[in-house]
Amino acid sequence: MAGFLVRRSLHGAVLVALAASLTYLLAASALRPRAHFEQRNPRPPAAVVDAELTALNLNDRTPLLRRYAVWAGGVLRGDFGRTLAGEPVAPELWRRALVSLRLLAVGTVLGAVLGVLAGAYAAARRHRPADRLITVGSFAVLSTPVFVLAVLLQLGAERINQITGVRIFEWAGEYTPGAAEGALGRLRHLVLPTLTVVLVQAAVFGRYQRHLMLDVLDADFVRTAMARGLTRRQALVRHGLRTALVPTATYFAYTFGFVLLGAMFTEKIFGWHGMGEWLIDSVHRGDVNAVAAVALLAAVLVLLAGAAADIAHAILDPRVRAGR
Amino acid sequence: MTVLRVADLRVTFRDATVPAVRGMDLAVDRGEVHAVVGESGCGKTTTALALLGLLPPGTEVAGSVRLHGKELVGRSDAELARVRGRDIAMVFADPSSALTPVRTVGDQIAETIRIHQGASRAAARARAVRLLDLVGIPDPARRARAYPHELSGGMRQRVMIAMAVANDPAVIVADEPTAALDGTVRAQVLQVLRAAGEATGAAIVLITHDLGVAAEIADRVTVMYAGRPVESGPVEEVYARPRMPYTIGLLQAVPRLDGRPPFGPAVPGPRRPVLVPIDGVPPQRPGPGCSFSPRCPISGPRCAEEEPGPRPVPGADGHTVACLQDVADPAAVYPPPDPGPEPAVDRVERPVVLEVSGLVRHHVRRGAGPLRRRRDTVRAVDGVDFTVRRGETLALVGESGCGKTTTLLEILRLRAPQAGRITVLGHDTAALDRATRRALRRDVQAVFQDPLASLDPLMRVAEIVAEPLLAHGHRRRDVGGPVRELLAMVGLPAELAWRHPGALSGGQRQRVAIARALALRPRLLLLDEPVSALDVSVQAGICNLLTRLQDRLGLTCLLVTHDLAVARHVADRIAVMYLGRIVELGDVRGVCRDPAHPYTRALLSAVPVPDPARARRRPRAVLPGDPPDPAAPPPGCRFRPRCPRYRTLEAGRARRCEEEEPRSTEVAPGRYAACHYPETTSP
Repeated sequence: MAGFLVRRSLHGAVLVALAASLTYLLAASALRPRAHFEQRNPRPPAAVVDAELTALNLNDRTPLLRRYAVWAGGVLRGDFGRTLAGEPVAPELWRRALVSLRLLAVGTVLGAVLGVLAGAYAAARRHRPADRLITVGSFAVLSTPVFVLAVLLQLGAERINQITGVRIFEWAGEYTPGAAEGALGRLRHLVLPTLTVVLVQAAVFGRYQRHLMLDVLDADFVRTAMARGLTRRQALVRHGLRTALVPTATYFAYTFGFVLLGAMFTEKIFGWHGMGEWLIDSVHRGDVNAVAAVALLAAVLVLLAGAAADIAHAILDPRVRAGR
Repeated sequence: MTVLRVADLRVTFRDATVPAVRGMDLAVDRGEVHAVVGESGCGKTTTALALLGLLPPGTEVAGSVRLHGKELVGRSDAELARVRGRDIAMVFADPSSALTPVRTVGDQIAETIRIHQGASRAAARARAVRLLDLVGIPDPARRARAYPHELSGGMRQRVMIAMAVANDPAVIVADEPTAALDGTVRAQVLQVLRAAGEATGAAIVLITHDLGVAAEIADRVTVMYAGRPVESGPVEEVYARPRMPYTIGLLQAVPRLDGRPPFGPAVPGPRRPVLVPIDGVPPQRPGPGCSFSPRCPISGPRCAEEEPGPRPVPGADGHTVACLQDVADPAAVYPPPDPGPEPAVDRVERPVVLEVSGLVRHHVRRGAGPLRRRRDTVRAVDGVDFTVRRGETLALVGESGCGKTTTLLEILRLRAPQAGRITVLGHDTAALDRATRRALRRDVQAVFQDPLASLDPLMRVAEIVAEPLLAHGHRRRDVGGPVRELLAMVGLPAELAWRHPGALSGGQRQRVAIARALALRPRLLLLDEPVSALDVSVQAGICNLLTRLQDRLGLTCLLVTHDLAVARHVADRIAVMYLGRIVELGDVRGVCRDPAHPYTRALLSAVPVPDPARARRRPRAVLPGDPPDPAAPPPGCRFRPRCPRYRTLEAGRARRCEEEEPRSTEVAPGRYAACHYPETTSP
């Protein structure tokens, strides 16, 4: 087992190094940070721009491989370089990651749980009105782009605010700047974006779970559980759902790794300054170091998510444990 | 005292136009084993599920099921749940899918106890361990913590039985409890089931397609056809003096190890006993008359108009039959089959068609990880020798995993084996060039177990049979005649030629597969479990067809089967395989009568005998344990860990079994056995 873990970690380290290096090389050769400096008003002399770029290790007149060597050396020491504004990348990266986490953690978990319940229920009521309703609902959500969904929710919230005359919902930013509103205020800001994430997540997981649950609905072991003296509902929950949850849990562990990056639309629309937003803006500005840092974090997260998925699978399914 | 009484039970599935069960009656007394027999699709399993209220939601159930006088039909799922597992329990057919894969078996037994007795977790666990001990699972405390996939099929079925008796139910419904198990394990599980019933005083409703299994352990038997009971009574009475032509047909269709017909005198002379098939198939939608009348050889004009109800057989207590005809002599109902000619030339004078010597086939098993590292080697075939001469059929028999199918597939490849030598019609398969191999393929054809899987569903019957001819250079306009001839030869009416395989019955499909194999007039036919997917009435027809074709065409056959009784009816010689080796080889009649190897004896003794009187008289030699892993055969004799003879030897003689692997030696003329201490065979 120890040998397996060591092998797996080495494997992972190589993959992360490859992914991060390739992203850096791509970003450093395709993005144009020089343009960002030249656009300033008054236009600075070329020598000044060159000096600033060199200081940030972004000068496109330095050979690509030399810039890469400087960047890689820094990363190995824990230094991710500086942004175009001259700030260190690392603290901003962590700050942004935490914003995204605050925005998405609740919605992702809640959405997955609701999706599983709705999917399992729909499967058990196959072809009945409840199943049809859940199916139509989830396809409606799945076929609506996130930004449309978010805007629709905002419109609805606006309406409720108008009708009640109280600002129940807030949707600009993480908190209202300057107002001393405390935890409750932050919570109010969280409601709409969370709802957006919940809806999408629940629709996806609901579809998966319905399908998985249909497979166990007529399974022999569910019938055996009923023959033991469980009602159909008990047998479906304790034996059917328990077995059908294995792939869902594995999939959930895997997708959680992508969550931090995957919400750029939600962040943009609700004005949260998270990772997704940062990545888009950095690509736009030509901020090579920031893009490379995000890519590195993403690679690490994907690998960790893969490991988490495998562990979840092994915990939930004894058949996998034996296969080692 | 009757504990379970079923009256006029009717079941209609959702979206079905015809009921699956159309008036089932059943009365089961305390402590008795009541077998419900019939072919697939007759409504046996549906009846079993209806007894416990386990049919899918939306199924219509009418009639009456009374347990201890209390009506169960029409009760809610919650009410039935209180009865299920406590008063009436069930053992399912396939133990590999009937246990929840992600929970330990001890947990699942304990759940049964906790639901009904409200016992504490610890108390329920302790009782679960005691139950596992009761059903004969060694080291029960450890096994209770095992997951289903960590146990063998036989073990899992014991777990199912332990679960069924956990709350001392009044009735245990066992639905084909041994259908998924190997011969020697089946015998063990039947014994455990019977013992569990006796220990708890529970009545057992045994659902089975196997008349032999019913004869082994049942007290009473009910025969079902097209959703209705057609004959019922004490098992000795029904088997000895059946009154319903369907029952008579079933009993005559079952292959028997002794080769004797169930009623009437044995036909003297023929080298192979002939079975009596029932023609036709069960009706899709039963008409107004007796649903068996279209297949019945003695049906009269009234039979097509009036569906008979059960009536008592005069003079036989408790024997009822649903038939309008009076059958006095069961042997006279079906026309006797043509016994066929005796083989003319003595075996040794005929040329060798297939010679296999020292054949080896090992599979490397790899780990599941990304590196797929070599885990171990399965010695599927590990040194096999035999010869098949022209016009004879050699049966390779053994339990699953013994390497019999692998041997057949190695021959079919017509390539160099990993080790050893295969010689087909004088050609060493290792030395074949492309053209010769292609020419040889014409002479070697195969028929497989599952006819639906081996026929292209998009092709018509005529195209399927013509394909080998076209592939070997016949012109399309010339194949019409040969195809018609082939279909006639395998007993298929010409109008089926334009059907797709999906529109044929199982027996008809297998006939198409045989016709295709015969299209190129092969000289060697390889048959891999050709009848094991078929019902017994159909199986008899295919067995007879195979023997007739052998006689008519002088075919040489290699038959792979797990069923010794089928081998007895179809083959001339038999080779018994165990863990990749042949342990006994000889003339089929002799081997079945006087086995020399202790494994052959155990295998024969595990075959259920469809004759209640004899089934109970004969000595039982139930083999302990499961077939071992072919990746790690034990040193010395491979059969030693399960061998009953080894256990009776004194230390000095036993050492030979532990250290030296026995070689195949001729123990009697034409009989070979790989055993240090073979049973002396009568000459």
